[in-house]
Amino acid sequence: MNRKNDQVNDVILQTAAVIIFFIIIVFSINLFFAGHYSPGGGFIGGLMTAAALVLLLLAFDSKTLANVLPFDYRKMTALGLVIAMLTSLHSIFWDRPFLTHAYDKFDLPLLGEQTLHTAIAFDLGVYLVVIGVTMTIIQTIGESE
Amino acid sequence: MLNIIIYVALAILVLAMLGMLYRVVKGPTTADRVIALDSIGIGLISVVSLLSILLDTTMFFEVILLLGILAFIGTVAFSKFLEKGEIIQHDRNNDL
Repeated sequence: MNRKNDQVNDVILQTAAVIIFFIIIVFSINLFFAGHYSPGGGFIGGLMTAAALVLLLLAFDSKTLANVLPFDYRKMTALGLVIAMLTSLHSIFWDRPFLTHAYDKFDLPLLGEQTLHTAIAFDLGVYLVVIGVTMTIIQTIGESE
Repeated sequence: MLNIIIYVALAILVLAMLGMLYRVVKGPTTADRVIALDSIGIGLISVVSLLSILLDTTMFFEVILLLGILAFIGTVAFSKFLEKGEIIQHDRNNDL
């Protein structure tokens, strides 16, 4: 298809995509933190964040996305793997089996008494790895050039 | 009483989704297939919400939101492919 200098009208898609992007990001954060006792977790939260980024890629282009969110997705994958590895390794220094997770109760401001788990740090690693791998794959095979 | 209504609604939804599946396989043009796929997504959302009424649980609400978002993004991607011939552009102002 040759549409050079054709004024393509994408206003509705672009305006809607910017709003829906934030809705999807909020939903993915909700999924990420819900993962301990109910459906959710780092994997599906990362997939939802990648879906929001893909929506921006669809409505705009990859150059705009690289300007707005200047992340190197390969380095993000590596950072997530390092976080997950360190979180799972820490338990062997306390004579526990590999991947044992620790938790305790804390008095947090505004939230009251909550339990904090080290599993959330492991999930953060999974989240970063999933975003990095998905966006690398989509940008590599999706772009036409 | 409500259970019977929900079972009947589920059966009708399954019939409707079979009709949409026929349109996906047969559909003369690509636009027919895209719209049928989007309708299958909406049908899946209705089936999941009816099931969550039937099982009396709120655990499926995330599934409903997720299906809605994925169906929307898939439809947008198909539509862009139909209109422009490519899905992800590199530079939308200077490309061909």
